[in-house]
Amino acid sequence: MPDNNENKLRNATIAVLVDNEPGILARVVGLFSGRGYNIESLTVAPVDEDRTISRITIVTGGTEMVIEQIKAQLDRLVPVRKVCDLSLEGAHLARELMLIKVVCTGEQRMEALRLADAFRARVVDATTASFVFEMTGNGDKLEAFTALMRPLGLAEVVRTGVIGIARGTYSLKA
Amino acid sequence: MSAAIQQNATAATQTMSGAEIVLRALKEQGVEVIFGYPGGAVLPLYDALFQQNAIRHILVRHEQAAVHAAEGYARSTGKVGCVLVTSGPGATNAVTGLLDALMDSIPLVCLTGQVPTHLIGNDAFQEADTTGITRPATKHNYLVKDIKKLAGVMHEAFYVARSGRPGPVVVDLPKDILIGQGPYHEAPTAPHRSYRPQREPNPEMIAQAVKLLKGAKRPIVYAGGGIVNAGPEASRLLTEFVRLTGMPCTNTLMGLGTFPASDKQFLGMLGMHGTYEANMAMHGCDVMLNIGARFDDRVTGRLNAFAPTAKKIHADIDQSSINKNVPVDVAIIGDAGLTLKALLEAWQASEQPRHTGALADWWRQIEGWRGIQCLRYQQEGSIIKPQHAIRRLYEITQEIGRETFITTEVGQHQMWAAQYFGFDKPNHWMTSGGLGTMGYGLPAAMGVQIAHPDALVIDIAGEASILMNIQEMATIAQYRLPVKVFILNNEYMGMVRQWQELLHGGRYSESYSAALPDFVKLAESFHARGVRITRPEDLDAGIREILAHPGPVIADIAVAKDENCFPMIPSGAAHNEMILGPGQEGGVKGVTDEGKVLV
Ligand SMILES: Cc1ncc(C[n+]2csc(CCOP(=O)(O)OP(=O)(O)O)c2C)c(N)n1
Ligand SMILES: [Mg+2]
Repeated sequence: MPDNNENKLRNATIAVLVDNEPGILARVVGLFSGRGYNIESLTVAPVDEDRTISRITIVTGGTEMVIEQIKAQLDRLVPVRKVCDLSLEGAHLARELMLIKVVCTGEQRMEALRLADAFRARVVDATTASFVFEMTGNGDKLEAFTALMRPLGLAEVVRTGVIGIARGTYSLKA
Repeated sequence: MSAAIQQNATAATQTMSGAEIVLRALKEQGVEVIFGYPGGAVLPLYDALFQQNAIRHILVRHEQAAVHAAEGYARSTGKVGCVLVTSGPGATNAVTGLLDALMDSIPLVCLTGQVPTHLIGNDAFQEADTTGITRPATKHNYLVKDIKKLAGVMHEAFYVARSGRPGPVVVDLPKDILIGQGPYHEAPTAPHRSYRPQREPNPEMIAQAVKLLKGAKRPIVYAGGGIVNAGPEASRLLTEFVRLTGMPCTNTLMGLGTFPASDKQFLGMLGMHGTYEANMAMHGCDVMLNIGARFDDRVTGRLNAFAPTAKKIHADIDQSSINKNVPVDVAIIGDAGLTLKALLEAWQASEQPRHTGALADWWRQIEGWRGIQCLRYQQEGSIIKPQHAIRRLYEITQEIGRETFITTEVGQHQMWAAQYFGFDKPNHWMTSGGLGTMGYGLPAAMGVQIAHPDALVIDIAGEASILMNIQEMATIAQYRLPVKVFILNNEYMGMVRQWQELLHGGRYSESYSAALPDFVKLAESFHARGVRITRPEDLDAGIREILAHPGPVIADIAVAKDENCFPMIPSGAAHNEMILGPGQEGGVKGVTDEGKVLV
């Protein structure tokens, strides 16, 4: 019966292809809040030529049983076409875009630029008193960079949430 | 182009008003009856209804009742029930019924009026965000903003309602869409773009299930409402399978009637108020086959003590029901009827030997549990026991031999009906299982009677529940529906009183049914017959009189006020920690705070 594995928590990155129609996001979010699942991040945008299909990437966590539940619950929503647990389909890429504003002067400006260079963050806006850096990567990298900017005058952070795709030839189609 | 194709092409592009499109789609979907209540936003639909005869409209007296009536209609016929309500309060009044249908997997299409599209979001008169409010109370819902999509949405709504695990679907119809002109399309023949539930079970899983079942020494079949939804053939196959394999069978509340109650292999209902033998067999089994049930908390009791030694096979059409509460060893996704057919065939084809001796031991053990006679009661003295009233009602309907449908309200009387009325056929028992909605039974009975005008339809009620939708007596009078209301009047919200007695020190907070109406006069004021029975010796004659009356009847049966419903698995307890009857309530003192928290 309850073996140790059952209560082990894991993260899951779930890709969902849905009909691009009003209310679909409310359905997905309502499912998560109504059933008490957590959402760490959620992104959505249309992905096909005629904008009829959207792809949602949800990062969530829970026991294996809960994650299986989440997938089954998503799958039975009528406008949902495909549900794929990228964390299970083998290796996958996860990326997030961040814009980060640092307000600083003098030596701190030089330090911010040096770190940005090391992290491959691009300067997308600059004034004499501020920078906006653009950066993509996985969550750890974005968080590490944010932490370094904090003492240098971190003013604002905006992140898109995670998008993910499987490596190799496997592709998710509606 | 041949003439036929040409005709088809014109049919496909025929233009008509939105209201006409809706009615045409209802007709094409086989709708004969619609339960509804008018209002400003749906006037165009009512106007179109007025000008046709194919669809019969039943005017209820409250929108909640329209939905329950459609549930009764759907569950007793296997068809999709249909509801029509206006915007705003019409839609919000329907919400309880929709959630009731969602939890009990009843196929419904509910049409709701909406303010015109250009006013949506403006807090217009009788505007409600109906799709927002009903999203978690429906299987799916639609707001139609483009008349070109109306016909397609209507057909899809019916497809979604009846496919896979059935459920209620709302179609929200802005008034300008109903008035505007648009094209009618027939139902598509191509498969749905995304919603295609799996019906055929996986043969590999069937083989694994049969292997486990053949090797079982203490097997049990636990069958639920999914078998009702799969159609009467599924119940026939269940009966065949259970008889062929010689296994014991138990039913959930929703599954009663899918296996004949009169069969020797039937252990009765399981769960919180299930029989001792059913629950003990569930606890002690080594292989469990669950078909069309969902390991509801009313069935499992404390999860970590649920059937601890059993290998579990779960067959369900809804993948999300599998491994939700209880991890299982074999999962079969598919239609219950097709699954049973596959199980039967695989069983017959398999050459694996069986433990017939072991099965005989298992039955001996079960007979021991049966010997406890957990449903035994003594009808003595001058007060009618509620159990006896239901038992006699059952026996007398058996004698009369008319086709009988039972609906219930919610409370002790509902559990006693499940325990003491025997169901040998599916679709003849309608009760609110998942939501437990007081006020369900009377409108549900109405819906059943509309579908089966010549049958005996009885709502077994409590005096508190019946008041929740009593206004439907007017609908019953208007359509001359000979529904019989059988009130077990204990002058208490008995089920609440029972929990207060057992779990809250006998402090009967607000559970007394004060200021009750005179039910006889109430019946008469609604043009029905009223009967009051107070003495045990008048019970049989009274029941015969009620059942023989050609019109509607409210029977007010005065029953023992302090009777409790047993057996009972207290919240948070295990199947083998059942309380069998008075005198044993001491056991309830052992209920932990954890258990008390549970509903
Ligand atoms: C709409 C609704 N409100 C409250 C409840 C909680 N509840 C469950 S049973 C019950 C008492 C029912 O009393 P009655 O109809 O007299 O039936 P009895 O238990 O006495 O047979 C109540 C209040 C409910 N199930 N439904
Ligand atoms: Mg009562």
